Amino acid sequence: MPDPAPPQPEGLPERFAAWFAARGWQPRPHQLDLLALAGAGRSALLVAPTGAGKTLAGFLPTLVALSQRPSGRKQHGLHTLYVSPLKALAVDIARNLEAPIAEMGLAVRVETRTGDTPSHKRTRQIERPPDILLTTPEQLALLIAHREAEELFSTLACVVLDELHALVTSKRGDLLSLGLARLHRLSPGLTAIGLSATVREPDALRRYLVPQGCSSPPCGEGAVRMADLVVVGGGAAPDLRMLVTGRRLPLAGHTALQTMPAIYELIGTHRMVLVFVNTRLQAEYTFQELWRINEDALPIALHHGSLDASQRRRVEAAMAAGQLRAIVCTATLDLGIDWGDVDLVINIGAPKGASRIMQRIGRANHRMDEPSKAYLVPANQFEMLECQAALEAVEAAAQDTPDARLGAPDVLAQHVLGMACAGAFDPLSLYDEIVSAAPYTGLSWEDFEGVVDYVATGGYALRAYERFAKILRGPDGLWRVRDARVAQQYRMNIGTIIEATTVKVRLGRAMRGKPGTVVPRTGRVLGEIEEDFADGLTPGDTFLFAGEVLRFEGLSEDEALTSRAGPGTDPAIPSYAGSKFPLSTFLAARVRAIIADPSSWDRLPAQVSTYLGQQRDRSVLPGAGDLLVETFARGGRHYLTAFPFEGRLAHQTLGMLLTRRMERARLRPLGFAANDYGIAIWMTRDLSERIALEPGFLDALFAQDMLGDDLEAWLDESAMMKRTFRQCAVIAGLIERRHPGKKKTGRQVTISTDLVYDVLRKHQPDHLLMRAARQDAATGLLDVVRLGVMLERVQGRIVHRALDRVSPLSVSVMLEIGRERVYGEGADEILAEAEAQLLDEALG
Amino acid sequence: MALGQRLERTAKIPGLSLAGETLVLDLCGGLWLPAHRTLVVSDLHLEKGSSFAAQSGQFLPPYDTRETLAGLHEVIARLDPACVVALGDSFHDARGPERLEPGDRALIAVLQEGRDWVWIAGNHDQAVQSGVGGRYAEVLALGGLTLRHEPLPGAKEGEVAGHLHPCGKVAMRGRAVRRRCFVTDGHRMVMPAFGAYAGGLNVRDPAFEPLFPKGFNAHLLGDGRIFAIGKAMLARD
Repeated sequence: MPDPAPPQPEGLPERFAAWFAARGWQPRPHQLDLLALAGAGRSALLVAPTGAGKTLAGFLPTLVALSQRPSGRKQHGLHTLYVSPLKALAVDIARNLEAPIAEMGLAVRVETRTGDTPSHKRTRQIERPPDILLTTPEQLALLIAHREAEELFSTLACVVLDELHALVTSKRGDLLSLGLARLHRLSPGLTAIGLSATVREPDALRRYLVPQGCSSPPCGEGAVRMADLVVVGGGAAPDLRMLVTGRRLPLAGHTALQTMPAIYELIGTHRMVLVFVNTRLQAEYTFQELWRINEDALPIALHHGSLDASQRRRVEAAMAAGQLRAIVCTATLDLGIDWGDVDLVINIGAPKGASRIMQRIGRANHRMDEPSKAYLVPANQFEMLECQAALEAVEAAAQDTPDARLGAPDVLAQHVLGMACAGAFDPLSLYDEIVSAAPYTGLSWEDFEGVVDYVATGGYALRAYERFAKILRGPDGLWRVRDARVAQQYRMNIGTIIEATTVKVRLGRAMRGKPGTVVPRTGRVLGEIEEDFADGLTPGDTFLFAGEVLRFEGLSEDEALTSRAGPGTDPAIPSYAGSKFPLSTFLAARVRAIIADPSSWDRLPAQVSTYLGQQRDRSVLPGAGDLLVETFARGGRHYLTAFPFEGRLAHQTLGMLLTRRMERARLRPLGFAANDYGIAIWMTRDLSERIALEPGFLDALFAQDMLGDDLEAWLDESAMMKRTFRQCAVIAGLIERRHPGKKKTGRQVTISTDLVYDVLRKHQPDHLLMRAARQDAATGLLDVVRLGVMLERVQGRIVHRALDRVSPLSVSVMLEIGRERVYGEGADEILAEAEAQLLDEALG
Repeated sequence: MALGQRLERTAKIPGLSLAGETLVLDLCGGLWLPAHRTLVVSDLHLEKGSSFAAQSGQFLPPYDTRETLAGLHEVIARLDPACVVALGDSFHDARGPERLEPGDRALIAVLQEGRDWVWIAGNHDQAVQSGVGGRYAEVLALGGLTLRHEPLPGAKEGEVAGHLHPCGKVAMRGRAVRRRCFVTDGHRMVMPAFGAYAGGLNVRDPAFEPLFPKGFNAHLLGDGRIFAIGKAMLARD
């Protein structure tokens, strides 16, 4: 007698149930939950760990609906739109959908639309849309700005947003939210499904998915709406450990040189290992070190964003084919596609954030019920503390994803122009639509009008550009784009990702007779480096790139010409020694708590607890909420060190502001260095004496009001602020994007945003773009928000020790001196040095 | 105080002279000829912002004219020249004067009051011949100096020109600083652009080679003072 058939899952059509059964699968509960919710017209957020069948869950409602639609009609229109942060992921998903569609015999057409899609196919996709279209946020923005958008999306029933947790923390998330708001308006019954890894605040994502009511009167606070939530439980807990060898780690540095043999050993005993590092430089270095000891010639590859795309594709293909044993990579492999059968993840350097490390661990072993295996490899003693904090955070399944964003005004400006390109817009209804997007619920009508004014004529108090307006308000009260050229400009400048301007790195042989040139001219292009970095190189400088030490020979057009440095050459120019990601607030708090509580030290490697013990004996261990400040003299200079543990961005800003103050207090500060844990400032005057003589001096030095005028004054001149401004100006369409591959136009034609910034800050400091840049600076490169929270936290809690020599804790940050370069400050010092060389020539 | 400021802003570099005329470089990018009480400024590019708006639909902040004139105002108030020479490309295009804001137009008139004012013709503003006060000239001889917009190739003793917007770049220990500069070899000089939106051309560009076949010194406008830097220390872009 045959077994009784398992009960038919509710809502799952026969064809689907049979398909699951044929593959020996059971539909998972969350897949059915999502199906039921979508069937009831509910939007939903699916939070699930890697390997839980998220993608299938997201598409199941669509496939079921499409299988049930009446046959016979030829044109159905677009049914489902899928948006992913990665072009490659969209392509990959399209492939993965092929199998179930073919095996169930569904009449469903799936297509992708990315920057690579040829124009005839794009046109066809608008005229005869597929059932399911897979695309990216940028392409969605272009689609909704299309003249046919209204018709194209009138049939849309479902939108699936993949890796939503990764998207919403950036300006891309702002752009997507505005696109989503438009989709909700164009097809009012739309169901939105968000797919996300585990996050700290799922409610923020749930709000993001559905239109928000307006938050100002008369709607009031009851207007917060949320999508339903489906959570898939943890899966197997990861097998995560810290890789500690018997060797003693240094107090600073990020290279993990001591641990390379142990890492190599792990590669030898696993099928395929992903070795994650935080920066391109670390990737280069690690790759080189591993090959130095690669006696068995294991296939170890390198993958980072600066490498030539074709080289990256080759590495990915080799991974997928199982030909590699290890890949040293940066965040480029954080998200997305499973290229291969990875059975171990190694993360070198500090994890910086618990959520990031979870994401990376998830790259190993994509089966949910088996534990992912991973090692954290600290590169210095502080990183041991950080790794321990991350281990505890992962164990407690704690997350540190950032808070929901406040929508950026520059992104909004781009969107408003796009909406004028789509057709005429009525300002009132566009405003209502925009404030229904979660990041923009707080947008006031006045600010919205300001954005429209900016789009039309630049938003200047001086009404100079009225007659050139890009969008015009007709007698019917609707705004329209001026002409086809403006629409074309919009399409060319779409998106929020501003690639750092880069130059190609070309490898040749140096020509002895002709400095600044290499032969052959057609030498191999190894990849790209940031223009800023290339700018700082002088011929003869050596640096690490694409796994080799290169000698810089000269610049030509947009290429850095290089030759191979002789064997055994050490790279002279570090590109970015530290970590690009600042320590998360959450891990920072855990690290402070570990330091403050000696009873927890038994979980730490012995060398760290010994080190902390020495700190306790020589100076003091700060309490979890305290700020430790040490002052001491060394080599004829006086030093101040402080340990806020707030990440290097916030510390750099703190260093800038403190030195300004110390300058005024006539302490003669000479410079400072910062890392993720603290800062060191050195000066000619005796600070210990000053603190002893003047009670309250230190408290005043760290007083919160430094974020007032000092910050404003410094910000205005800060090169980082100019860089931030440049990005806002490009996103908002003030200046045109430089397109890769397109030849640089002459200096006389392009205008430097630094000049624009200088003029604007003097004459209209409250301009939309200045506000946008300040908003970015507050959380971005300068991390002012975090600094503010820290200064408030430590009020009245500064613990000062005047020491007669450097303490163990201070050594770590003192080691950063000379290693760090502070971007764009002290131009006159550089010039004076160059001038002195001229004088030497003259006098010598 | 006024004297102190003057000392800070101008750099009297020993031995810096052309054709027997003493040259004083000003941190604002102007050239002060004390013997003639004449201030020379080059490449103001007034109304460049509005020129962009008209031609390409890029709405740069329309304050560049105001900013450039404010700089000019400052140096004129400080030095009180008997004559101001604008060394060409004073307007970014021929219709620039028409687009001047009334306030900016009035300021130009104020600056011109009580002194000689010469607009040298440039390639951008060749067609501008009237409407903004002062007098117009193709070339101006001043003592041993010849003031013209575009430097002529070949050895031109005593020529002071603009047009090229020279910039010097110094790269050291992984950092680069790029600044506007005066360029001179003791025989001729190319002045930096004065305009707020004027870009710069690296002095190592081939365009400078025929002008200074035997090399040059560049005087870079720093934040607090002017720095004399030899050609060998200057990096290419």
